Amino acid sequence: MRVKAQMAMVMNLDKCIGCHTCTVTCKQVWTNRPGTEYVYFNNVETKPGIGYPKRYEDQEQWHGGWTLDKKGRLQLKAGGRLKKLLSIFYNPDLPSIDDYGEPWTYDYQKLIEAPLGTQNPSAHSISALSGRDMDMKWGGNWDDDLAGATEHALHDPNLSNIEQHVQMEFEQAFMFYLPRICEHCLNPSCVASCPSGAMYKRDEDGIVLVDQDRCRGWRFCVSGCPYKKVYFNHRTGKAEKCTLCAPRIEVGQPTVCSETCVGRLRYLGLILYDADKVLEAAATPDPHDLYEAQLEVMLDPEDPEVAAEAARQGIADDWMEAARRSPTYALAKKHKVALPLHPEYRTMPMVWYIPPLSPVADIVHAAGYDEADPDRVFATIDSLRIPIEYLANLFTAGDVEPVRRVLRKLAAIRATMRAEQLGLEPNDELGRAVDTDPTDLHDLYRLLAIAKYEDRYVIPMAHAEDAGRLLSQHEQMFCSLDTEGGPGMGGAGPVSEEPNTFRGDDGRVHFNLLGWDGASTSPHLFPEAGGS
Amino acid sequence: MTGASGGEVFWWVAVPYFALGVFVLGHIWRWRYDQYGWTSRSTQLQEQTTLKWGSPIFHYATFAAIGGHVLGILIPASFTNFIGIPDHVYHKFAAIAGTVAAVLVIVGVVILAGRRLTIPRVRATTSPVDWLALVLLGIIIVTGIIPTIWNMFGSAYDYRNTVSPWFRGLFTGHPDVAAVSTAPTIYQVHAIAAWAIWMVWPFTRLVHAWSYPLWYLVRPYVVYRSRVPNRLNEPGTSGRRWRRVGTRF
Repeated sequence: MRVKAQMAMVMNLDKCIGCHTCTVTCKQVWTNRPGTEYVYFNNVETKPGIGYPKRYEDQEQWHGGWTLDKKGRLQLKAGGRLKKLLSIFYNPDLPSIDDYGEPWTYDYQKLIEAPLGTQNPSAHSISALSGRDMDMKWGGNWDDDLAGATEHALHDPNLSNIEQHVQMEFEQAFMFYLPRICEHCLNPSCVASCPSGAMYKRDEDGIVLVDQDRCRGWRFCVSGCPYKKVYFNHRTGKAEKCTLCAPRIEVGQPTVCSETCVGRLRYLGLILYDADKVLEAAATPDPHDLYEAQLEVMLDPEDPEVAAEAARQGIADDWMEAARRSPTYALAKKHKVALPLHPEYRTMPMVWYIPPLSPVADIVHAAGYDEADPDRVFATIDSLRIPIEYLANLFTAGDVEPVRRVLRKLAAIRATMRAEQLGLEPNDELGRAVDTDPTDLHDLYRLLAIAKYEDRYVIPMAHAEDAGRLLSQHEQMFCSLDTEGGPGMGGAGPVSEEPNTFRGDDGRVHFNLLGWDGASTSPHLFPEAGGS
Repeated sequence: MTGASGGEVFWWVAVPYFALGVFVLGHIWRWRYDQYGWTSRSTQLQEQTTLKWGSPIFHYATFAAIGGHVLGILIPASFTNFIGIPDHVYHKFAAIAGTVAAVLVIVGVVILAGRRLTIPRVRATTSPVDWLALVLLGIIIVTGIIPTIWNMFGSAYDYRNTVSPWFRGLFTGHPDVAAVSTAPTIYQVHAIAAWAIWMVWPFTRLVHAWSYPLWYLVRPYVVYRSRVPNRLNEPGTSGRRWRRVGTRF
């Protein structure tokens, strides 16, 4: 058993209102620079929709992630190492900037410099790539809120096998939001695709990073990531990606996207896993079993054997404590309400999602809803407005059973808590029907609905006790003011003798001009004649 | 070196050694100060349809041309004779293979240069030193290809007994100036332009050539690295970081 800790995220899609605050704050912090205009480490997609970049989920087109060869061994979908080195001069799977949307700005100067005239001047769009005039044709959020859905949404790869159920007429359409960041996978195909070895998974917390000094711009990480969450900076010629706000995580703060999420739907916490089992789990033959296989890789921090092994391998006590309190472990493994995004890519993603409930589409069932009766509550799950098959295509490689189970559990929490708060008799049948005892039901309610800051983010600080040793100038770990004769040393320091005066280092009494009203007397403002 | 004029010594001894010095020291400097800028600086994101053909053709044809130079310049004629390859066989092979490579290099460079000149998105990424390297490459390719094709049709100039010994002599400390200074002008221009490109090499994106990642074939797929605490930079105490103010990366 090789115990490793992974900082994982869970997003509760039930609460996402698609306000893009996460996107905007992330953009301002990380990609507000030339060369990354088109880059969104965090973006919020409307589903159904073709996503950013276009149709990134269609791996038959982009060849991201892993696949199994004929003998059932794991291999990169884009091909082996030799094929990569031979196609290094032209990467056949790389999205073009037009798939993300050509970045643009506006010619604002026109507004100021336009001569007087009858028409209002307008700032027209200019390309951030070439500086020339351009027409906007696509962008990272072009199909927000189903904009242009009749044209685009049906090209969503997740709809490929359920098209017949999906209606794009306004009255019958469905949608929800899917905020996406880097998945910080346990088996990252971007890292495996990087010929330079510049990408790495951090040993301590599993964050996947790009070493900017070692990246040579070969671009295979961009195409190797099935989520297309590694980007090419077109000014520096280097790959950049979501860092899970590593500098914040190291000091115990949540990521910017989490911190600023107005829906408070993001959770951050450690998940312990067995690194020796990752490859075996990722090579699980049936894609439907990948979700369960990934759960199996996760280790229970309460298990004494795991705790002992973790201690032996150098995981600190405060990290173990954080792992035990981790909300992401609770949501993913203990309560099993969070699901991975596209486990069929076999990268073992570590940003998981709680699928959203939605209004009941079927009028007949809606009328029959009765939270006192489990059959009535659960029967509606299959006629929710968001087709359960669609959610399954996103989160469980098409297996509807786990999605159904999660939605039933969420419905059971709602019905139970509603009954409690209205003073009705809670129906214990509901909890039993989803294998959840009342305590767990209340824990989940607290975590999902109350969602206190300190429950959502359990982030242990990085252990950096040795950091100072690297810095010669910091070897003297004392205050530089404490030197002999300095203000912190040598007796009583400034002593007041008259109001607003002090005896200075030169032994003379001075008047303290700080706070002087300018009118009252100012003794010792000037040296006395003959010195003192 | 007896009998060589000052000008000859300048062009065939001083320039090569100076270029080699700049080449070596320049790379050491670049590696120590600017690994962040060490990249192939790909423009595939901006434009793919012509790059798809231009880039592989150019690179693979260049490898063939480099192989030809190793064969023709570094390996002495006496060695190929010794292992039983007669001169006329060598010349026939060199002319045919050289011409194929030359034509492909031309095709590749025309596509790539045309793309860089005419597609605004790509043109915008080109720095002045890129243009310099491109012009030098153009001179080298043209002056390299004309004699190669000339040799196939007309009488062959025996560079293996003039240019090659001079070039090898540079590395043994006895450059044969007399031999190279009688070579046809086109060979001389080719050689001087080549030294010029060695000189600018460390300061351009050409450095990506040394980063061809063969190591990838044998390393484990997933790389783990421990967190390294960052050096805190206090004013006046930071490590040296060279970057001209306002530099576009």
